[in-house]
Amino acid sequence: MIKLSNDDIKSSVVQRIERISGEDFKKCYQCGNCSGGCPVSYAMDVQPHQVMRMLQLGRVDEVMNANSIWVCVGCLQCYSRCPKGCSVASALEGLRQIHLRRSEEAQKVSEIPVAFLKKAPQQAIVCGFRKLVS
Amino acid sequence: MKIPYYPGCTLNTFAKGFDSSARQSAQTLGFELSELKQWNCCGAAFPLTPDNVMGLTAPAKVLANASKDGAEVMTLCSVCYNVLKRTNKVIRDHRERRRVINGFIEEDYDGSLSVIHYLEVLRDKIGFDKVTAAVKRPLKGVKTACYYGCMLLRPFEDMGIDKAEAPVIFEDLMKSLGAEPVEFPNKIECCGAHLAMNNEDVVTRLSGNVMKSAVGMGADIIVTSCPLCQYNLEKSQARVEAETPGYKGVPIVYFTQLLGYALGQDVEGLGFGESKWDARELLKGKVTA
Repeated sequence: MIKLSNDDIKSSVVQRIERISGEDFKKCYQCGNCSGGCPVSYAMDVQPHQVMRMLQLGRVDEVMNANSIWVCVGCLQCYSRCPKGCSVASALEGLRQIHLRRSEEAQKVSEIPVAFLKKAPQQAIVCGFRKLVS
Repeated sequence: MKIPYYPGCTLNTFAKGFDSSARQSAQTLGFELSELKQWNCCGAAFPLTPDNVMGLTAPAKVLANASKDGAEVMTLCSVCYNVLKRTNKVIRDHRERRRVINGFIEEDYDGSLSVIHYLEVLRDKIGFDKVTAAVKRPLKGVKTACYYGCMLLRPFEDMGIDKAEAPVIFEDLMKSLGAEPVEFPNKIECCGAHLAMNNEDVVTRLSGNVMKSAVGMGADIIVTSCPLCQYNLEKSQARVEAETPGYKGVPIVYFTQLLGYALGQDVEGLGFGESKWDARELLKGKVTA
């Protein structure tokens, strides 16, 4: 059973995530278009529309621990197809930034495969550093 | 006609063929890519949160420098195009963020530049009919899958190069070269992007879906404008071949390489890298001129 309280829903943590991401989570009415169009939703433990719902309900810890934050590729298919103009990608990037600012990173630099560093285009390395490394 | 040109990091290194074939083709079509006097990396990712103003400083510096070279700046790489065009819009439309960015980079840039893509130059300044008139080796019978990916198109209200869900600019160019573009469902889907760094499974699946969908619709060759798409697709292709019964790989090339070939440039100068799926073989077999 889920216990909901005003303290969670109106928590300062949610407000902070809204401020960082620039998203108003209340706009989302759960149509699921984002999860339907998301190319990586199959690999996410919390689906894009569920991310929005959890943020509406103040269930921040569950979202912060979801792998969805790191699996999102930022392709903007969710935003492009959202009838309400929500960007789940921005919400997830906001959460990613909070992790990275706390030095909680998805990729340790010393563990990046040398073959990747030698062969990959520069943009993959730069972008990977910005999204995954703190 | 001289057009100020921002190559970006990847076109100076990994994707030299993209750069050289574009420069040569421009010359044949009567315009010149005039490289910016001073440029740096665009950052390779537009920050998706308005809070991250720091992420805008690198592209803002590029734009501020470009504004000293002319009223517009052209890119080839889809990601550079996305980052520069979106950053430019932020600087133009948000006074407070413009103030912070300009203060940090010690410039006074107002967002008045026009950021354009090579494809737009061909469509809007040269005209696809003029391109057709310059074709020396029509790509007759070459079935091209035009792979847009994400960054050229989304978000539509910022990019606006073509319709977000059903773009045609790539196909129109391929038709002007005599090729036969094939429609395929995954043409605006993601290749896996930066997950190349730490999640090969996701990249192989996403890139695999793009390639299987293109080849399933009869494509001989996949054309892109993004070096990261090119890398992810080509790198995934061996595994996709091994894991997909009946799938046979195809060359993954930049659109400017096919443009250069059709315009009659020496095939060895187009920068096709060493690959198991060699575009040169395909073109020699299909195009006789």
